Amino acid sequence: MPILALVMSAFSVDESGSFQHLIDTVLLDYTLTTLQVIAGVLVLSLCFALPSAWFIACCEFPSRKVLQWALMLPLALPPYIVAIVYTDLLDFSGPIQGFLRDFMGWQSVGDYYFPDIRTTSGAIVILALTLYPYLYLLLRGAFLGQSGGLFQAARSLGLSPFQAFKRVSFPLSRSAMAVGLSLIAMETLGDFATVNYFAVNTLTTAVYDTWLELGSLTTAAKISSLMLLALVILITLESYSRRKQKIYQRSGATHTDLRFVLSGWHKWTVLSGLWLLLSLAFLLPLCVLIYYAIGYFSESLNEQLWQYTLNSFWLAIIVAGLALLVALVVNFYQRLSPGLAAKMCIRLSSLGYAVPGTVVAIGVLIPFTSLDLWFNQQLIEYSFSRVGLIFSGSLFILIFGYLMRFSAIAVGSIDSSLAQVSPTLDMASRSLGQSVGQTIRRVNFPLIKKGMLTAFILVFIEAMKELPTALLLRPFNFETLATYVYQFVSDEMIEYAALPALLIVLMGLIPFIVVNRLLEKDC
Amino acid sequence: MSALVINKLNCFYQENKILKELDLELENNQIVCLLGESGCGKTTLLRAVAGLQTEFTGDISINGRVVNSAKKNLTPEERKVGLIFQDYALFPHLNVFDNVAFSLHEFPKEEKQKRVNEVLALVRLGEYAERFPHQLSGGQQQRIAIARALAYQPDLMLLDEPFSNLDHHVRFQLIDEIRLLLKSRNMSALFVTHSKEEGFAFADKIALMQAGKIVQIDDAQNLYRFPQSKYVADFMGQSNYLPVRVLDNHCYYSELGEINSPNIIKYDKGTELTLLLRPEQLAINLDVNGKGVVEQISYLGPYQQITVSYLAKLYIIKQSTHVGACMQFNEGDKVNMDILCHDFVFFEKEKVS
Repeated sequence: MPILALVMSAFSVDESGSFQHLIDTVLLDYTLTTLQVIAGVLVLSLCFALPSAWFIACCEFPSRKVLQWALMLPLALPPYIVAIVYTDLLDFSGPIQGFLRDFMGWQSVGDYYFPDIRTTSGAIVILALTLYPYLYLLLRGAFLGQSGGLFQAARSLGLSPFQAFKRVSFPLSRSAMAVGLSLIAMETLGDFATVNYFAVNTLTTAVYDTWLELGSLTTAAKISSLMLLALVILITLESYSRRKQKIYQRSGATHTDLRFVLSGWHKWTVLSGLWLLLSLAFLLPLCVLIYYAIGYFSESLNEQLWQYTLNSFWLAIIVAGLALLVALVVNFYQRLSPGLAAKMCIRLSSLGYAVPGTVVAIGVLIPFTSLDLWFNQQLIEYSFSRVGLIFSGSLFILIFGYLMRFSAIAVGSIDSSLAQVSPTLDMASRSLGQSVGQTIRRVNFPLIKKGMLTAFILVFIEAMKELPTALLLRPFNFETLATYVYQFVSDEMIEYAALPALLIVLMGLIPFIVVNRLLEKDC
Repeated sequence: MSALVINKLNCFYQENKILKELDLELENNQIVCLLGESGCGKTTLLRAVAGLQTEFTGDISINGRVVNSAKKNLTPEERKVGLIFQDYALFPHLNVFDNVAFSLHEFPKEEKQKRVNEVLALVRLGEYAERFPHQLSGGQQQRIAIARALAYQPDLMLLDEPFSNLDHHVRFQLIDEIRLLLKSRNMSALFVTHSKEEGFAFADKIALMQAGKIVQIDDAQNLYRFPQSKYVADFMGQSNYLPVRVLDNHCYYSELGEINSPNIIKYDKGTELTLLLRPEQLAINLDVNGKGVVEQISYLGPYQQITVSYLAKLYIIKQSTHVGACMQFNEGDKVNMDILCHDFVFFEKEKVS
C-alpha cells in the first residue's frame, strides 16, 4: 500500500513546482553523486570483504577463529557514528593533525596537506567500512559451502592456490557476491545521516530536505519513486545475475578440512591486514566512543538519556514482536497453501528492507495523512470533535514504518529455518492424527525456535539503529537513541553523543553475539 | 471388506493431470506395491490416499469408510493411515519414546508407556527409547518410524520409498522384517518404490504404473512371465523380441526357423506377431556353421550374459555359471540359437510399436 501510494503520488501534479525546480537545478547532481557514492562503496566493500572472506574460509592462521566473527562486528555500528568519530579524529583540531603539527612543527593549515574526510570520498570510505560485513558474511558462507573437492581438483590440475581461487572459488561465489553487493547498494542508497553529516547531497538527503524543509510531500514522493525505480532495476539485475544459479550440494571434503596453513610473511601480511580492517571499522571507533563516554559520563547520564533509551528499547521490542508475528503468518501461509498468492506475499514483505528508510517513511506518510484527514472530516460531518492526527501523528505510524522496513528480515529468517524442516515431518504429524494447529505447535515451533529468536533479535538490532524512518515519522516530542545521537551529531557535539551512541552499539552488540552463537551451534 | 478401494481417481498438479481415471483395490492383509518410473504418479496416488493431495476427483474408501468423494474429503488426521517416508520423518527434537508416543499424547501415562514399549519391542529397539533420531542408524530410524505408525493403530499403512536410503544389505533385511511385522499384525499396506527387486521382496501384488495409470496388476511372477505390454515386459526385465508369422495351429515361422507351439495357436494363419523371449528362455550351442556370433560375454556372478548377433540382430542370453551346467564360449564363436520350452507371450504388431 505505501509503495502504491508513493507511485500514485509521484504521478500527481506538483503544485508547489519544487520538483521542477529541483530538476532545473540540482537533481542531476544529486543523482550523479548518489551513483558515485554507491559505486565507490561497492568497489571498496569488495576490496575489504572478498580477501577477508576467502582467508577466513580457506586458510588457517593465528586468531582466525576470533576474526571469523569479529569481522562482522562493524554491523553493530551505525555508519553515522563511525562518521563522527573519524571526523573528530581527522579534523584540523583533531588529535591526528594536532600530533602531526606538533611533531613536524607546522603552524597553519597552509603548511601541509591533509585529506578532508567530509567529502564524497570520506563518505564512501566510512560507508564501506561499516557495510562490508554484509558481503563478507555472504562470501564466507559461499566459500565454506563450496566443495573442497573442487578446489583440490583444481590444485591437482596444477593450479596454485591463488589460481585455484581465481578460476574455481571466485566464479562459484559470484551469486553470493551479487546478493551481498545489492544489499550494500540498497543500504548505501538508504543512508541518510552519514552523507548528510558530510554534506554530500544524495537522493536520500533530497527526500528528507524536500519534506522537512520545503514541506512538499509530492516532491519527496517523486524523488522517492526515482529511488524506487533504481531499486527495482537493482533487484531485477540481481535476480538476472542469479537466473542460472543452481544449488550445488556440498559433497565430500569441505574447505574446513582443507585449510591452507599460512606461514612466514604470508601469515603476517594476512594477519595485519585483517586486524587493521577490524581496528579501523570497529575497534578504533568503539574505543573513541568509550573514551568520550567515560570523559563526559556525568554530563551525558541524565533523565533524557534514560527516557530515550527506554523509548528505543520498547519501540524495538514491539517492532521485533510484530515483525516476528508477520513473518510467522506469511511463512506458514506459504507452507500450508503454497501458490502464487503466498509467493507474492513473501515477495512483497521482502521488498521493505530493500527500500530506503526515507522512501518507506514517505510511502507510509501519504496514505496515513490522507486517512487522518478523511477520518477527521467524517467526525466533523457526524458532529464529533476532531481527534487530530491519530495515525500519522502518533507512534502508530512509526511502528508501521519500522514494520514495513524490517519485517523482511524476520520473514527471511523464519523462511530459512522453516525450509530446513522437511515437509514430510508435517505430513507424518498429520497422518498421526494431529491437526494443522497441533502440527505447528508440536512440530514446527520447537524446530524453528532458534530461527524465531534470531528473527526477533535481528529486527531488534535494526530497529535500535534505525535513523531516517524515525526522523521522518516520529511523533512530536518523541526521541529515540538514534535521533538523540543524530541531534548531537548535527550540532557537532561528539562528546555528548558518545554515551547514547555506545548504548546503541551495546544494545545491538549483545543480541548480535547471542545470534551468532545460535547460528554457530546450528552449523 | 476391502482395505482400500479407489474409483476413477484423477489428480491434478497445476494444469497437468497426474493420475487418470485410476482404479485400485486392496484386500485385507494384502501388501500392494506401486511400481513405476519417476514421475508416473505413484507418490501422488499414495498422497491422495493419505489426504495430502488437494486437487483431485474420484472416490477413496479405507476399510469401508469413505474418505474421499464428491461430497466428502477427510483431512489427513481423520483417515487413520500410517505414513512411512524415505527420509524417515522422525521428529528431531523428540527422543525415540516421544516420537513413538506422538499420536498418544491424550492417553493416560501408563497406557502410553505400555503401547510404546509394545511397539518398540516389536521392532526390537526397546533399549533405544531415550535416544534421539540422529543417534540411530538409517535402518533403526526406519524401524522407529514403523513403530510410531503402528502405535497409532492405523487402518492402512502407506510406505513411500521407505528403503531407498538404506544400504543394500540392511535394505533387504529390513524388507523381510517389516513384511513379517505387517503380516503378523494383519495390516494392509500400499508401498511405493521404483525398484522392482524391493517390490518383489516386499509385496503380494505389484501394480505397475505408467503415465498416471495402472497398466497391469498381478503377482511378481505373472508380471515377469506374462506381461500384457512391451512396457511391462521391459520394465520387469531384459527382453528379446522375435518377429514370427503363424503357419498353422501348432507352428510359427521365424528367422530362427520353425517354432512349435506347446498350445493351440488362436491367431489366424499368416498373422504377424512378436514373440517375447526372456534371456533365460534362449540357449546357444557351438556350431562352426551357425548363423550367430558371440559378440560379448559379461560375467555377472551366478550367471553370465552373452550377446549374440544373429542375422544382423542382437539377442541377449543368460546362462548359469554353475560349473558343468553350461558350455564355455569365447567372443567370436559361431553358434546356433534355440528357444527353450515355455509358455509363449506374443504381442500383436501395433502393441509392440
